[in-house]
Amino acid sequence: MEARLRRSDTLLQVCNLRTVFPLGGGTVLAAVDDVSFTLQCSRTLCVVGESGSGKSMTARSIMRIVGPPGRIADGQILYQAQPDRPPIDIAKLHPRGSAMRAIRGRDIAMIFQEPMTSLSPIHRIGWQIGEPLLAHGLADRKTAHRRAIELLRQVEIPDPEAAIERYPFEFSGGMRQRAMIAMALACGPKILIADEPTTALDVTTQAEVLRLIKRLQIENGLAVLFITHDMGVVAQIADDVLVMYQGQVVERGPVETIFHSPEHPYTRRLLDSSKKLGMAAPPARPTVAATARTLLQVRDVALTYPGQATLFRKARPPTPAVRDVGFDLYEGENLGIVGESGSGKTTLGNCLIRVLTATAGQINYRRRDGAEVDLVTLDRPGLRLVHRDIRMVFQDPFASLNPRMTVEQVIGEPLLVNRIMSGTVLSRRVGELLAQVGLPRDAGQRYPHAFSGGQRQRIGIARTLALNPRLIIADEPTSALDVTLRGQILDLLLELQRSLGLSFVLISHDLGVIRYFCNRIAVMYRGQIVEIGPADDICFRPREAYTQTLLAAVPEADPRRRNLLSAA
Amino acid sequence: MSSTVADGAAPQRPPAIIVSERSLFWRRFRRHKLAMAGLAVTLLLYLIALLAEPIAPFDPDHGNARLVYHPPQAIHWFDGGGLRPYVVAYRLARDPATLAATYVPDPNREVYLGVWVKGDPYTVWGLFSGSHHLFGPLDPRQPVFLLGADRLGRDMLSRIVFGARASLSIGLVGVTFSLLLGIIFGGISGYFGGRIDWAVQRVIEFIISLPTIPIWLALAAALPKSWSPLTTYFCITLIISLIAWTELARVVRGRFLAIRSEAYVTAAWLDGCSQARIIFRHMLPSLTSHIIASVTLAIPMMILAETALSFLGLGLQPPAISWGALLKEAQDVNSLAEAPWLLLPGGAVAITVLALNFLGDGLRDAADPHGS
Repeated sequence: MEARLRRSDTLLQVCNLRTVFPLGGGTVLAAVDDVSFTLQCSRTLCVVGESGSGKSMTARSIMRIVGPPGRIADGQILYQAQPDRPPIDIAKLHPRGSAMRAIRGRDIAMIFQEPMTSLSPIHRIGWQIGEPLLAHGLADRKTAHRRAIELLRQVEIPDPEAAIERYPFEFSGGMRQRAMIAMALACGPKILIADEPTTALDVTTQAEVLRLIKRLQIENGLAVLFITHDMGVVAQIADDVLVMYQGQVVERGPVETIFHSPEHPYTRRLLDSSKKLGMAAPPARPTVAATARTLLQVRDVALTYPGQATLFRKARPPTPAVRDVGFDLYEGENLGIVGESGSGKTTLGNCLIRVLTATAGQINYRRRDGAEVDLVTLDRPGLRLVHRDIRMVFQDPFASLNPRMTVEQVIGEPLLVNRIMSGTVLSRRVGELLAQVGLPRDAGQRYPHAFSGGQRQRIGIARTLALNPRLIIADEPTSALDVTLRGQILDLLLELQRSLGLSFVLISHDLGVIRYFCNRIAVMYRGQIVEIGPADDICFRPREAYTQTLLAAVPEADPRRRNLLSAA
Repeated sequence: MSSTVADGAAPQRPPAIIVSERSLFWRRFRRHKLAMAGLAVTLLLYLIALLAEPIAPFDPDHGNARLVYHPPQAIHWFDGGGLRPYVVAYRLARDPATLAATYVPDPNREVYLGVWVKGDPYTVWGLFSGSHHLFGPLDPRQPVFLLGADRLGRDMLSRIVFGARASLSIGLVGVTFSLLLGIIFGGISGYFGGRIDWAVQRVIEFIISLPTIPIWLALAAALPKSWSPLTTYFCITLIISLIAWTELARVVRGRFLAIRSEAYVTAAWLDGCSQARIIFRHMLPSLTSHIIASVTLAIPMMILAETALSFLGLGLQPPAISWGALLKEAQDVNSLAEAPWLLLPGGAVAITVLALNFLGDGLRDAADPHGS
């Protein structure tokens, strides 16, 4: 019988860990560079940093699942399996050896960011949860089955007896992540590594999953290594924090110290950026003159996907993606559309610019000459003219730029195809546009892949500006970017708005971003606008229950105000 | 990355090297050793096909009734202490028991070989004529059969070299036809989708479901015998590519479907691009590397199809020379037992098909940036 671990006993000690990837030519890239930390029973260590900071690679090194050619070059990962025995150095074990396999999944379990791709689509949930038990020889088929039901009940999945017979695609994102957690807990691990487990989830689901992890930690005395880029989540759940930057630890300490007396300038920048877009920060939105004229009138817009009949199946009832949406947009105004995934906000944005055609309703756009046109029924030549005025900024800065064209060609494309300018005049204009979005003028000769995510988003913005637009529809323009870049991109857009007299429709799931940027907010839920009004009314005096739930689920970036876990 | 950019998180790690997609593609391709070898062999084969006249040691149609089924002669490289390649001449002898004619080496007679020697006169592509061959016997009257002789005493090596011309070019010409059809139908299908896609796909499925060889046979049989070899050649190419385009069309369609939903295509549409510009400027360039790869993989299919048709006697007819037509000689088991070197054109087909397949694999891997 093993001696019981007590609270705050050290379970895992990582010393000077270095994980490298050979780059060719004898040089290596240190993805994890001289990282040390300890994990203790019943405590949560949050590893925070931007993309590429090596936080996931640290977790993968502990699990020994670093993909080749990456390898652990140096350091120790001491795992204290039992308090009275010498620790095991995981870094010395063979990644596929039996000693490592005995620890992986049984003593140290991991959950991943994307619950859809980390669950097998062809096996039933119950089978997948029971599998680690069978693999480690801890149970036979029957016991594994019983245990799977029990685990699903623990992770608060309703009707677990029925749920174990389901497939992952029958579950929602939050349910899948719960199933993932159940799977990780199957063998009763001592350490749980969670790699951005809530990043792919909606904010309300995120709050539930965070609460669940906390509860399971208290019940089972787990040591949790929680990886995230979201300072709000850190503030809510961390006991200790490790701040990583370019593979190295720049600061570590208790959560209270990190948030209230940070020392490293990078930590401070990270906190400032997330505070800037927090709910308590002063917003930067423009003021709209009371005399402003309407730019866009949206009336009863709906988009319904017909249920398609095939040879073997009768038509399903049509699915409405957007229903009865109506609002006015004034000149110089920023309207925010906020909602969770599947709420129809992106569909609505695409309808406004006619990438999708609404199946009902009117979208009346008042042109520069004062004439009104209905975008729902406009023909292609008319639409081409409107598309000079209404432009779009895309979510993914990698997919929205043609990889085979130079930056100058990308930005100059709308000017060229609309026969506005060409040749040296065009080059000069592209140079101006690049300068306007804060990129060097000579960037035009390079291809998009030579730029970072934030720079690419600037290129995308330069492209929208090329035709002197009046309205820009920005669909999650910052969600693919690191938190320190988000504020910068929003500030750039606001600055352009002041100098060019633009209006914006900003679509986002992030209330902080919306509140910072928008005068008015429309809250969407299941294809409908449930509430629309001035930004401060929505954020501080919400009337609808759904808006209130949404607001309550936003994690506050302050460990002294744990709004999410107070209920637990 | 430029430091003047206010992009927060300080400089990114390794400084970005400015390379175009094309050089990235080439870099990935070069890593594939087998594909590089395939490329080298393919280029060499096409060079041989292009310059068959000076490369082949003899005129492929020049026969000698007294040298029927002459066996291959091995090259001896050294003589009298120096590099002086020669072959041992054969003489016709009669088996005293069976009275069958057999060739036996005559160790006292040596035929010396040289590089760039005078031989049968020729004209290359009607452009320039000459009578020097890359290699051959120093004395043009002496026969040398490095790969043996056929039923009419013609040099197999020269015939295989000339056969490369028809067999390799039928691949290229056929693939060009298929590519045109494939891009047009696949592109229409993938770009417009919906009902058009449905109709095109059903047509393709119908064509694929046809039993290939009987159809080829029927079409080939319909060609009048009186047509010139050149006309027949083009008709055979057309017949083969009429069926082979379907695979290419499917590849192109799949790619179009995938790229159509890319955000940069939507962006191009919003920029005001016409449909033609979206297809040719924005979508096709991303497809070229994939198309090149599938084309390379389609050429061997064409070559094999031509070989099969000609072997059955329905493709190119003598006096036209192709590998398939040469293999037709190997249909008869008796002559094969007597002269197994008649199968050598099959070896040439195998080498070509393998080289092209390796090349195509390498191109496909290089075209897919997510591969490795």
